[in-house]
Amino acid sequence: MKLTTRLLRTGLAATASLVLAATATAADIEPAVVFDMGGKFDKSFNQGVYDGAERFKNETGLKYREFEVTNEAQREQALRRMAQRGADPVLGIGFAQAPALEKVAKEFPDVRFAIIDMVVDLPNVRSIVFKEHEGSFLVGALAALASESGKVGFVGGMDIPLIRRFACGYEQGAKHVNPDADVIQNMTGTTPAAWNDPGRGGELTKSQFERGVDVVYAAAGGTGVGVYQAAKDAGKLAIGVDSNQNYLHPGTMLTSMLKRVDVAAYNVFMDAKNDEFTAGIQVLGLAEEGVGWAIDEHNESMITGEMKAKVDELSEMIKSGDLTVHDYTSDNTCKVAG
Amino acid sequence: MSTSNVELPAWIEVILIPVLNICLALFFAGLIIFAIGESPLEAVGIMLNGAFGYDEGVGYTLYYTTNFIFTGLAVAIAFHARLFNIGGEGQAYIGGLGVGLAFLLLDGYLPTVLLLPIGIIAAALFGAAWAFIPAWLQAYRGSHIVITTIMFNFIASAVMVYLLVNVLIKPGSMSPETREFSQSSWMPFMHEMLAVVGIDVTRTPLNLSFILALVCCLLVWIYIWKTRWGYALRTAGQSEAAAVYAGIKPKRIIIITMCISGALAGMVAVNEVMGVHHRVILNFTAGYGFTGIAVALMGRNHPVGIILASLLFGVLYQGGAELAFEMPKITREMVVAIQGLIILFSGALALMLRPAMVKIWLAIMPARAVAQHG
Repeated sequence: MKLTTRLLRTGLAATASLVLAATATAADIEPAVVFDMGGKFDKSFNQGVYDGAERFKNETGLKYREFEVTNEAQREQALRRMAQRGADPVLGIGFAQAPALEKVAKEFPDVRFAIIDMVVDLPNVRSIVFKEHEGSFLVGALAALASESGKVGFVGGMDIPLIRRFACGYEQGAKHVNPDADVIQNMTGTTPAAWNDPGRGGELTKSQFERGVDVVYAAAGGTGVGVYQAAKDAGKLAIGVDSNQNYLHPGTMLTSMLKRVDVAAYNVFMDAKNDEFTAGIQVLGLAEEGVGWAIDEHNESMITGEMKAKVDELSEMIKSGDLTVHDYTSDNTCKVAG
Repeated sequence: MSTSNVELPAWIEVILIPVLNICLALFFAGLIIFAIGESPLEAVGIMLNGAFGYDEGVGYTLYYTTNFIFTGLAVAIAFHARLFNIGGEGQAYIGGLGVGLAFLLLDGYLPTVLLLPIGIIAAALFGAAWAFIPAWLQAYRGSHIVITTIMFNFIASAVMVYLLVNVLIKPGSMSPETREFSQSSWMPFMHEMLAVVGIDVTRTPLNLSFILALVCCLLVWIYIWKTRWGYALRTAGQSEAAAVYAGIKPKRIIIITMCISGALAGMVAVNEVMGVHHRVILNFTAGYGFTGIAVALMGRNHPVGIILASLLFGVLYQGGAELAFEMPKITREMVVAIQGLIILFSGALALMLRPAMVKIWLAIMPARAVAQHG
């Protein structure tokens, strides 16, 4: 009985959507996003994209297709299935999707693709990469300014070049404002489990505190939650990453390094809808407001006028090109000037 | 009355009970799907159609099957010597290192006919070497193989991350992976080979490794049941004292068996690294080594059973992905739960239905059963 009503309802819904489809205008698009292993609710990178896609959905009323991959082979499969089903544009999340996206984008030259965190050089692909080292430089400077001991900490997730880029920018920023600053770095692990290990993140943070650190920056996905908790318990300061995490522990969270993947994802969908989609490489740094640092009602009391002035000054210098922050991944070494 | 010593006809043991187990699992999985407001029948339809309904689905199903056959065989052969090899994941991972090192050094110099066998041998050798250490520790130091093989998975993971991040990484690359091997070292794709004989299919990751997996099944069957070595292996597994009495050296059996097991697990790298990715990447093993344990359990440690169980898992993986794709309400976590139910019923609870089956059988066939008792 129940099943029949359900089937009936499904049937009605299908008819309704057919009618809707018939009245839809040509400007309507069917965007799709393929999330990576972290999943759309990772409180960090993928979730930023999810937020951007949801914002697009709420503003335009257009639905989007989505898929969360669970193994390496599914990336190519999911991207291809999206394109076959008429999705356009198709957004791939994370550097790991690049080889798969390149293959599929070649097979479907009329479909628009976009990828975040990696460059795929094809006429129908928009590649969006961020200068995380610039944002990390600023929060590194802030950390050194806020630190009383002159020792600041970094807790990374999995030990990969991307995270070393965060760490290297952070170290440069700290040493720029305080050449004697000590930057103590730890990576949580060597497997993807390191992205979601708050317990170990907390332990690493505590050991850094014991060595004199009083500000810690986490670039570790879900592991960061443990880092912030440890900082709160010890009465020290912490810096969030990717999304604005200032609200998590007001009074403990000094600031957050913002990486606006939500804006990037939203723009991909919105540009496609407005027929303004452009292929090519978008490098989003401080100047493009793709990265930055967060100041809001939760942390403004902790940022003194002096600190803000100094960081704003550094920010302007980076934007104008007077100050360049070394990118770890450009040569796989971290050169700290000064 | 104990029912475990009553013999049932083979078709009940091998076909009826496993099929009933799967039906039970599907029933409970259906309840979950029903609870979230989707139609279970439609879900099963999507899963089967996604796995077999079109050529791309079949390709992906068989591609997953290939991995499971390798890891399932690895667990099974060790199991016949009563060794529980939980290290398939690490052995497969290190197998990938073997392929990677061989090809990074040689792929520019040698032709395909030489590169393919070299890659396969490298994968097997490295996998075997990774299994050799726990085997030696078990045989000569008494360290329990379950513990050591689990630990070696973590060591393998750490070693691979270190090498990929620091040593083997393609310079300037964001992701920790080696450069792509030259095309002469790629395992031929099935769609390419079929195109040569005029059959046109969609491109999928399915490659020649699938045939290699089937050949391995045959070789393992011959080895275990048709050779002296297999006889020694099974004897040592059944009773170490009897083996020693028969002049078999159990320590040697442990080492040889584990090396074969590790070599089979290392073959996953042939499918993944040589066949699909054409470079060494992080975590290409994606849990296939662990799933191999369930595959071997379900397949009753017999190559034919392992092929069937691998196919079932291939269907679950590919059909499950299709399910998550077609039904947005069904998340990938729910797909894992459904897979878990099937493993639970066909692996862990495999013998749950047997006592009932025995009673029914005795009720139907009293005379024959009594005769067997006597």
